[in-house]
Amino acid sequence: MDGNLNALTTVFTEFYYWVTVVFMFLIHVGFCMYEVGASRHRNHMHTLMKNIMIIPLVTVTFFFFGWWIYWSFPNFPFFGGLNHDAGAANLPWSENMGTNLSDRITGVFWAAFLLFSWTAASIVSGAVIERIRSSALWVHAVMIGSVFWIIDAAWGWHAEGWMVKYLGYHDAYASGVIHAIAGGYALGVIMVLGPRLGKFAADGTPRDIPPHNPWMLTIGIFLIYSGFWGFYAACNIPAISPEGIGGLLTGETWTATNIYLAPTSLSAITFNFLMSLSGGLMAAYVVSKGDAFWTFSGGLAGIITASAGNDLYHPIQAMLVGAVGVVIVYKLHYWVERTFKIDDAVGAVAVHGYSGIVGLIIAGFLLWGAPSSPYEGYATVNPVGQTIGAVIMFFVLGFLPAFVISKMQAAAGVLRIPLEVELQGLDYAEHHAYEDAKAEIIAADKAALNGGGVPAE
Amino acid sequence: MSTIGYDSWAVDLAEVGAVYPFQGSEGLMVVLGVAFWIGWHRIQFVREGAHLDKAKEMGDKEKISALLEKY
Repeated sequence: MDGNLNALTTVFTEFYYWVTVVFMFLIHVGFCMYEVGASRHRNHMHTLMKNIMIIPLVTVTFFFFGWWIYWSFPNFPFFGGLNHDAGAANLPWSENMGTNLSDRITGVFWAAFLLFSWTAASIVSGAVIERIRSSALWVHAVMIGSVFWIIDAAWGWHAEGWMVKYLGYHDAYASGVIHAIAGGYALGVIMVLGPRLGKFAADGTPRDIPPHNPWMLTIGIFLIYSGFWGFYAACNIPAISPEGIGGLLTGETWTATNIYLAPTSLSAITFNFLMSLSGGLMAAYVVSKGDAFWTFSGGLAGIITASAGNDLYHPIQAMLVGAVGVVIVYKLHYWVERTFKIDDAVGAVAVHGYSGIVGLIIAGFLLWGAPSSPYEGYATVNPVGQTIGAVIMFFVLGFLPAFVISKMQAAAGVLRIPLEVELQGLDYAEHHAYEDAKAEIIAADKAALNGGGVPAE
Repeated sequence: MSTIGYDSWAVDLAEVGAVYPFQGSEGLMVVLGVAFWIGWHRIQFVREGAHLDKAKEMGDKEKISALLEKY
C-alpha cells in the first residue's frame, strides 16, 4: 500500500466489503426462517438442516474452484480460452487466497461473491421443501452455488465478460445473474421432483398448503430485505479513480462504480432500492388482494425486477418497474401452477426467476443505448441483448442443468424421499432419536406427575 | 442515441450530472408515480369497503364466540 491515500482507499474498500458480507449473512438467516416457517411441524429440523448445510458445502467448493471459474471464464468457451493469468491468482493454492499483506482485497471480495452463492443455492432450497432428499439438494447447492451461477457471473457480471462485450448485457444488481438463474434452476428441479403430497386435488386443482408459522415467515423475509442492502452495496466498487478503472473515463474525479466499473453512486442505489421495494409491495398487495405473504414476497420481487438497472434508473422508474414486474410475476406463478402442476413451495421460481427475466428485458428498453462498460468497443445496452441474456440465465445455465442433474438423481432413486417418510414427516424419519428421547422424557415426567415414577433429575 | 444521454463513458465525471433515463421527463414521471399512488388508495378503499360489507354478513354466533374466547 504505497502512500496514505492508497492505503486509506484499500483499507476502506476492505472494510466496505467485509460489512456487506455481514449484512448478507442476514439473507441466509432470513431464508432459513422463511423455509422453516413455510414447512409443516413434522419437517422442521430437516428443512432447517437442508439449508444450513448449504453454508459449508458452497463455501468450501467456492474456495476450491468457484472463485477460479469467475476469473478464468469471462470469454470461455465461445470467445476465447481460459484466462489462465487471472485464474492462477485465484486458485486455492495461490498466495492470494490466504493471509497476504500485499493483497487485502481478495478475501473480502471472494466472500462477497460467496454470499451471493449461498443466496443462489438457498433460493433453490426453498422451492423443494418437504420432499427432496438432503443429499440431492446439497449436490444442487454446489452446482448452482459454485459452478453455474459463477459461470454466468464470469460471462455477464465481469468487466470483461463476453455477454457484456458483445450483447451489451447490463445487470447491475443481479436480476439475472443471481435471481433468474436460481429461479430457473429451481424450476428444473421441481419439474422432476414433483409436487408435495396433496398439493393438487384429483382433478388437478391446486391446494394451498399454508405455512405453519406466519410470523416466522414475516421475520424471515424482513431479514432478507435487510440483507439485501448488503447485497446491493457488495455489487459496487465503493471508490475508484479513473486511472484505476483504466477505461475511457477522463479527468480526475473518483467515483463508485457498478460491477462493470461503470459509474454510479451509493445514493442512486439507495433511492432505487427503496422505491422498487415500495412499488413491489404496493402492487403485490393489490394484485394478491392483500395476501400477506405475496405482499412481502412482492416487495422482494419489486427490488429484483428493478435490480438490473437500479444503478441508473430514476427512483420513480424503479418504483414503476418494480410494480409492473410484480403483477406479471404473480399472474405467471398461478398460470404455471395450474397449467403444469408445478409445486413451487415458497414461490421461488416466480419471485426470483420470473422477476429476473422481466427485469432484464425491461432494462433493455429503459437503458437502450447506455454504455454497458467504461471500456472501448463494448456493445451498448439493448433489448435484444438483455433478452438473450435472460434466456441464458434462466434456461441455459439455470433450468437445463438442474433438469438434467435431477433426472439423473431420479433415475438413481436418490432425488425424492419415500412416500411413507413424506407422510410421517422427515423429522421423525431422520431425527427419530430426538423424537424418541423427547417422547421418553415426556412420558417419564407425566408418570412422575401422576405419582407413578421417579422424577427426572 | 441513448436513453441516459450518454452512449459512452468517455467523459470527465466532474462535468456529468444526472444519468437516469429520459431526463427532462421528470414532471411526467411524477404524474405517473402520483397516479399510481392515488390509484392504489382508491383501489384499497373500494376493495376494503366491499370486503367489510361481505364480512359483516358472514358472522356465525358460535364461531364468533369461540374467537372471542381465543382472544
